[in-house]
Amino acid sequence: MAILYNEGTTLAERVDACLDDEFAHKAVERAQDVFYDKRNAVIGELPNWEDMRHAARAIRNRVNNNLDYYVAEFARNATAAGAHVHFAPKAEDALCEILDVFEEAHASTCVKSKSMMSEEIGMNEVLEEAGMEVVETDCAEAILQTAKDHPSHIVVPALHLDREAIARMFHDELGYAGSSVPEDITRFLRVHLREKFLAAEVGVRGCNFAVASTGSTTLVTNEGNGRMVDTLPKTQIVLVGIDRIVPDLESLDLMTSLLVRSAVGTKLTSYFTVDCGPAHEGEGDGATDVHIIMIDNGRSDILGSEFSAIERCIRCGACLNICPVYRHITGHGYGSIYPGPMGIVMTSCLEGYDKVDKLPYACSLCSACTSNCPMDIPLHDLIRQHRVNMVAQGYAGPIERRAFVTAGKVLSSRPLYDVATKVAARGMKPLAHNGDSLGPATAWIPVLGAWTRNRDFNRLADERFRDWFKKHEKEEGSAPEKGKDAR
Amino acid sequence: MQIAFFPGCLVDMFYPGIGIAAVHVLERLGCDITVPEKQICCGQPLLNSGYAPETMPIIEQMVNAYADYDCVVSLTGSCMFAIQHDYTPYLQDKPALLEKQQRLAGNIYEFSDFIYRVLGVTDASAVLGSKLEASATYHKSCHLTRLLGIEEAPINLLKSVDGIDYVEMAFAERCCGFGGTFSVKEPEISCEMVHEKAQTIIDTGADIAVFEDAPCLLNVQGELTRMRDEGETSREVRCMHLAEVLDNR
Repeated sequence: MAILYNEGTTLAERVDACLDDEFAHKAVERAQDVFYDKRNAVIGELPNWEDMRHAARAIRNRVNNNLDYYVAEFARNATAAGAHVHFAPKAEDALCEILDVFEEAHASTCVKSKSMMSEEIGMNEVLEEAGMEVVETDCAEAILQTAKDHPSHIVVPALHLDREAIARMFHDELGYAGSSVPEDITRFLRVHLREKFLAAEVGVRGCNFAVASTGSTTLVTNEGNGRMVDTLPKTQIVLVGIDRIVPDLESLDLMTSLLVRSAVGTKLTSYFTVDCGPAHEGEGDGATDVHIIMIDNGRSDILGSEFSAIERCIRCGACLNICPVYRHITGHGYGSIYPGPMGIVMTSCLEGYDKVDKLPYACSLCSACTSNCPMDIPLHDLIRQHRVNMVAQGYAGPIERRAFVTAGKVLSSRPLYDVATKVAARGMKPLAHNGDSLGPATAWIPVLGAWTRNRDFNRLADERFRDWFKKHEKEEGSAPEKGKDAR
Repeated sequence: MQIAFFPGCLVDMFYPGIGIAAVHVLERLGCDITVPEKQICCGQPLLNSGYAPETMPIIEQMVNAYADYDCVVSLTGSCMFAIQHDYTPYLQDKPALLEKQQRLAGNIYEFSDFIYRVLGVTDASAVLGSKLEASATYHKSCHLTRLLGIEEAPINLLKSVDGIDYVEMAFAERCCGFGGTFSVKEPEISCEMVHEKAQTIIDTGADIAVFEDAPCLLNVQGELTRMRDEGETSREVRCMHLAEVLDNR
């Protein structure tokens, strides 16, 4: 799938489509409200959430600032534990490594647990093109794979689909004949997937954190599918972003606690897996051949840029769950597998401004994401930084640029400001109705119309505050420069 | 106490009444107020749209207008945050201006915080004689609440007004959708956001919606008016700035 889907559509087109999809819109609103309460509850029961956040930020910074050291340490220990470690600078390199593993294992089938990295590098498409069977085993991912649909959230990717549609789609695609009760659908999927699990030659999974001191990779899941991907196929591929590393088990404890509480509002997920190397002799289950693919794919470039803070991201989705824009345009509005605030920052970094249209402008800079982020990433600042870069690199239109240049001059010069406000006040006066309001009749006016199409605007006052104050000052008989110190 | 007052350009142009109310309140509390001639706008609309170099003249104008005052009171939280924090990265190669901005950053207070914390006024009814018979809800604006951490001051001052029956709105700290130029650059998204905010306000059943930041007021008031005009609600909710509530006697 790669990072962007629906390439070629504009942000405005996607937003319109999403706002029209009433089910998805309402589903996201409801989900956000549930997440909000659950997250606040599990965070509220801790005495030291802010301390944990700051400790986590320090750990992430330490690893990212010394990434070469930690990548080497992780690789050394993972190799010592018996895993094969491969390095992939780019998505293509990772895909080649994956294909090589399949070839060596003479494999043509695989089961997968949810992995953002596999989506980022577009693994499924490439494997399928090469004739392999790829089966998503996470319930939501299985739904999306069957529906040939795109994820709308990084943690709960099928949030936008309702159970009726899912039951119908399973009926059409997989012959499901049951009801739309979630338990029935799940039971069906379980039976369907069980055969796939037992037959698969390769298991592919992602990694929430890679522990440098032990060489182990970890996974948090709620469905248990991750463990079956992990233990049933004889060959295992673990996709690890180079930015997933934590130094040791102690920091893993802190990170996992922050991740799960932020992501789903629980203390821990149903399954928490720590994997280290292949199955040893005499062990009953587990892969005998483990391949860990460490993927950079633009991450070290981000680390060297003004966006390095985003590399602290642990993909918990807390910023999506609080974002008032995501709430309305849902994940599909962003057109990226990484939606929401972290998605705007990551997608713009990884794909470049040529491809993202006006994505960094899909944000009111309200900072809710920043305060909700367990890694204390200044997300709204980074989004604004993308805007600054886009304008500096010529991505703004000439008319807009001229308007802002003019605004800069008017708002820094009293004479210009005086003229502009007087002219505008006079111009707006006849447009007003009900006293001071500018209503839908003004929707044809550029810029103002964008506002008044759906809500009223206030007309400029006849007398500005500063004009009143000048008179007021005279009445009070006070000196104009009072309050100024002697410097 | 001598203070330099910064109303913000929206108040200057659209809501002089809010600025006037704030001046009355501050004067009643013994402040000797000045409004520097040169002050206009904090530059956020440009800065937040990505026009950093284009904002420089505004930043310079703003910093120079207020740099010589020992106590500056800003009526809008987001403007204050911009002056205090957002300017800093863009002044790194202008040491003289940076020094002035840093001094200003330390001398600037937000209106409600200034009254509550600096002047120590916690009971508006007792000290100012503020009185308004109404049920009131309060919108927690983004920059004020989250970035400046000012939450207690405006709510407690509002609650202390004689006759005010305070009702909390759901998700009071959720953005109203203004976001400066966001409101006209992405109007479809902005309108969804303000619609939801307006509905939450209506749902409280309050007579008045109180704001501490004029930009949010402009946005929500426009939506409430439109909803009433189009018959979406029959409720008439009056939007007021906290300064206006405090000024009411």
